[in-house]
Order: sequence, then C-alpha cells, then structure tokens
Amino acid sequence: MDYVFFICTDPEAPEPAPKEDNAEEWVAEVTASGARTTGHRLRGPEDATTVRLRDGQLLVSDGPFAETKEWIAGFELVTCADLDEAVRIASRHPMAKFGRIEIRPFWPTEY
Amino acid sequence: MPDDAVAAVVSATAKTERTRIVATLIRITGDWDLAEDCVQDAFTRALRVWRERGIPVNPAAWVTTVAKNSAIDRLRRSATEASALHEIVRSAHHAERTPVHDIEDDQLRLIFTCCHPALTMEARVALTLRTVAGLSTAEIARSFLVPEPTMAKRLVRARAKIRNAGIPYRVPPPSQLAERTAGVFAVVYLLFNEGYSASGGDSIVRQPLALEAIRLARLLVTLIARTPSMAPFEAEAAALLALMLLHHARSDARIDDTGEAVTLENQDRLRWDTAAIDEGLRLLRDVERQHEASSSRPGIYQLQARIAAVHMTAPDAASTDFARIAQLYGDLNAIAPSPVIELNRAVAVAMTQGVEAGLALVEAIDRSGELDGYYLVAASRADLLRRLGRTEEAAPHYARALELAPTEIEKRFFSKQLTDPHTEKGSPWLPLSQP
Repeated sequence: MDYVFFICTDPEAPEPAPKEDNAEEWVAEVTASGARTTGHRLRGPEDATTVRLRDGQLLVSDGPFAETKEWIAGFELVTCADLDEAVRIASRHPMAKFGRIEIRPFWPTEY
Repeated sequence: MPDDAVAAVVSATAKTERTRIVATLIRITGDWDLAEDCVQDAFTRALRVWRERGIPVNPAAWVTTVAKNSAIDRLRRSATEASALHEIVRSAHHAERTPVHDIEDDQLRLIFTCCHPALTMEARVALTLRTVAGLSTAEIARSFLVPEPTMAKRLVRARAKIRNAGIPYRVPPPSQLAERTAGVFAVVYLLFNEGYSASGGDSIVRQPLALEAIRLARLLVTLIARTPSMAPFEAEAAALLALMLLHHARSDARIDDTGEAVTLENQDRLRWDTAAIDEGLRLLRDVERQHEASSSRPGIYQLQARIAAVHMTAPDAASTDFARIAQLYGDLNAIAPSPVIELNRAVAVAMTQGVEAGLALVEAIDRSGELDGYYLVAASRADLLRRLGRTEEAAPHYARALELAPTEIEKRFFSKQLTDPHTEKGSPWLPLSQP
C-alpha cells in the first residue's frame, strides 16, 4: 500500500536533541530498503500561500488556511505491506519523537 | 434425527466454534461482512440439512466448508472480482493444508485486528463484541445505551478503516507485540468494567458485558498458551482473568433485595460466588509461581488481582489487611502511575494509618485537579469526612458526587447521604469499598 507520512510539529513534544535529529539517516535507510519513493522537508507556514477560486474569482492569501500551532514540516511517500509496517517505519523517524507523524493511505485509483 | 437434538448441536457448535470459523473466513476472504454473513448462513443451513441427513462427524468442519464454499460462490457471482476470486481459491486451497495450530492462530489474528490502536476505543470494543464474542449489533447497542443505527454505523466505519488504512490481519510483529497485547488486555478489561460499573443508566451492573469479558479472557488464556511467541504474556492473561473472576464473584452481593447498592464493607459474604473466588485464587497462585520462577516484575493485572485477593480472602471487612492493600497500590502506582490508583491508595491508607492521613492524601489529589470531574474523588473525600464525624464539611462533597455520579442508583445513594448524614452505611463508591 502507498502511504504519505505527514511530518508534523508538536508544541508539546520535547525539543530536538541535535544528536538524535537525524532525518537524513532515516531517509537514506528507508530509501535503500526500497520503501521510500520521495519526500521533502517543507518551509514553514510563514511562507505558505492559500489559493481559493470562488464564484470565478481568484483569492490568494498569505499563510496556511487554518491557524494552528501544529503544522506540516515535511512529507514522505512510503510504500509498504500494511499499516503495521508503516507504523514501524514511521516510529523510527526522529520527528516521531520531536513532533508527530500522521500516516495517510492513498485514495485508491484505477489506472 | 429429532429437531431439538440437531438444534442443540448447532447451538453448541456455534457457541464453541463460531469465532474460530469467522476468523478463518476473514483470513481467506479478507472481507469481514462477507465472512460473517456466510458463517451465519452456514449455521442456518446446518439446522435444515442435519435434520434431513443427520449430524456430520465433525460439525465445525462441515460449517467451515459450507461457509467457505458459499463465500467463493458469492465472489464468483460478482464477475468483476475475478482477481479476488483467484486469490480466495488459492488461499482456500492453502488453508486446507495449513496445520491445526496455524488455524487456531486465526482467532488471535482476529482479536489483534479488532483491538488495533489505529481504531478508536469505541470501535475496538464494538468490533470485538460483534466479531469475537458474536453479539448482535442490537445487543451491543443496548449494552452501550446508543441507538442501533449508531452502533451499526460505528461497526461499518471500523471495518472500513481496517480495509482503507491497511490494518493487517495478523498477530503483530515482535517489535509491537508487547504494546499490542497490553492493548488487547485493556479492551477486555474496559469491557468488564463497563459491565461491572456501568458508566450510565439506572443499573450499576450490566452483567452480560462482564460475562462476555470473562469469556474473552478465557479465550485469550487458551490461545496464548497455544502460541509460543505469546509465552511472555501468559501470566498477565491469567492474572487478568483472575482479577475479573474475583470482582465478578461479588455480583450477587452488590445489590440488596430493594435494588440498592451494598458496599463491600456491608456485603453478605455468604452471597459471594465461591467457585469464582476459588478459580480466581487458583489462577493467581499459578501466576505467582511463574512470576517467582522467572523473577520478572509483576504486571498491572497481577498486582490488581493480588489486591482483589486480599479483599476476597478476608473473613470479614474489619480484618481486611489494608496495610498490604496500600502497599500493593503503591507498587501499582510505581509501574503505571495514575491519580486513580493514588486515590485508591489514599483510601487504603485511611483504613490502616488513620482516616486523617488518608484524607490528607485525598485532599491533595482533589487540589491537584488531575481528577476534576471524577465523582469518586468527591465521594471519597465526603466519606472520609463523614467517618471523622465532620458531616457539615462532608455535605458539599456529597453534593458534588451527586452531581457527577453516572448512574441513578449512585445518585440515590449520595442524595440519601445528604439528607440523612448519620446513616450507618459507608459509601459504596469509595474506590476500596466499591460494591
């Protein structure tokens, strides 16, 4: 199954310890195992732009669409057998400790 | 073949084998609704066919085969599922050659899947009752005081999450086994407590749920004993069963003839179920023996079963070893810290080191706000003040308990305490002297 991991911040999580903040190692390992297709860290909500089209009119505004303390700091596209394997892989990402990770399965599409 | 003899065999087979057959069908078809429908149909057919042709040598195998064949037929009829059919025929063939112990594993797979932490607790409980215990949606809805369509929707939603999120149908991998097994125990114990203390409505006992929880714990003990990888959890499973049996033994004595609750302190101990107590104590002794042999730390259910055993072996309330109980709650708080456990410890301290000492601890918990909205904090505080003869100070806490109490029978009790503060009865909802 294909899953997106949303790597999120969590104000209640502990501050990242420099030594354990090793997302690069996780990326290298999960990519080498063949499970990770792509993924990236993202710039913060201060650099976000929200776009809406309403009654034919384009509305562009600064910031994320919802005011929240937790925001998406990155995403990873991971393919694995089932949710238990996805949980196992996600639990080893440093942001499982210093933030939180939301696992979302792809909407199934016939090609 | 007389009809009632056939009906008896069908219902006995359903009682002992239904879960295993459903579990196997889910593994083969990967479709929970289809599996349950086909097993239901197979039992209905058994009733008719066995009356005509006699009861087969192995009734469970007959039902399994009929259910499996009807699942294959149904998938075959929906032509678009060609690939699903290919898969099912392949795995059905494979299943026939699978050794017996692997088939028994299906029930563990089912239980672990029903209790998966990616499902809400409500969904886990509902799914376990529906699929493992075999209760009807209507029965589950009644037990949880929700309309049947609400419960049906909850079950549909749970099955959809299993399918869509890719929750696997298997015993979890070793790295997740300890947490997931604890999660299964938690679902069973929550079910028991729902039955035992009924979180709403006008009864404090919803026996059927407590009995289902005990039945599930028995099943778990059996399945774990058969599964080598589950050996580390054998003792805690037995301890959980022992704990529930020891509590359940008091069921009849908890309500008096007028329908009012009776405190543990005031219960007629002759009305306790000695068979349940004996079984609980025997299980606990076995657990303690294993525990000594392995020099492992006692688990949370083992400690709670020890506490229950101290209560249940005291000849009367006054000679209960509360010092031991206070110490056991301390041990429990050390491995699973919780303000509720600390509250229980505080009450045990009141019974052994003096009411003032216990009251000070209860007041500290109340002030901390950690258990805000939990009626037993107010109830305990009120009861200890009453025991000290400080009835005026007790009144506002009884009022708070009255407001927060979840069941009518408890509300009646607290309102009686308010209007008649000199009543002899202790609070039945003091954590330690719960009915």
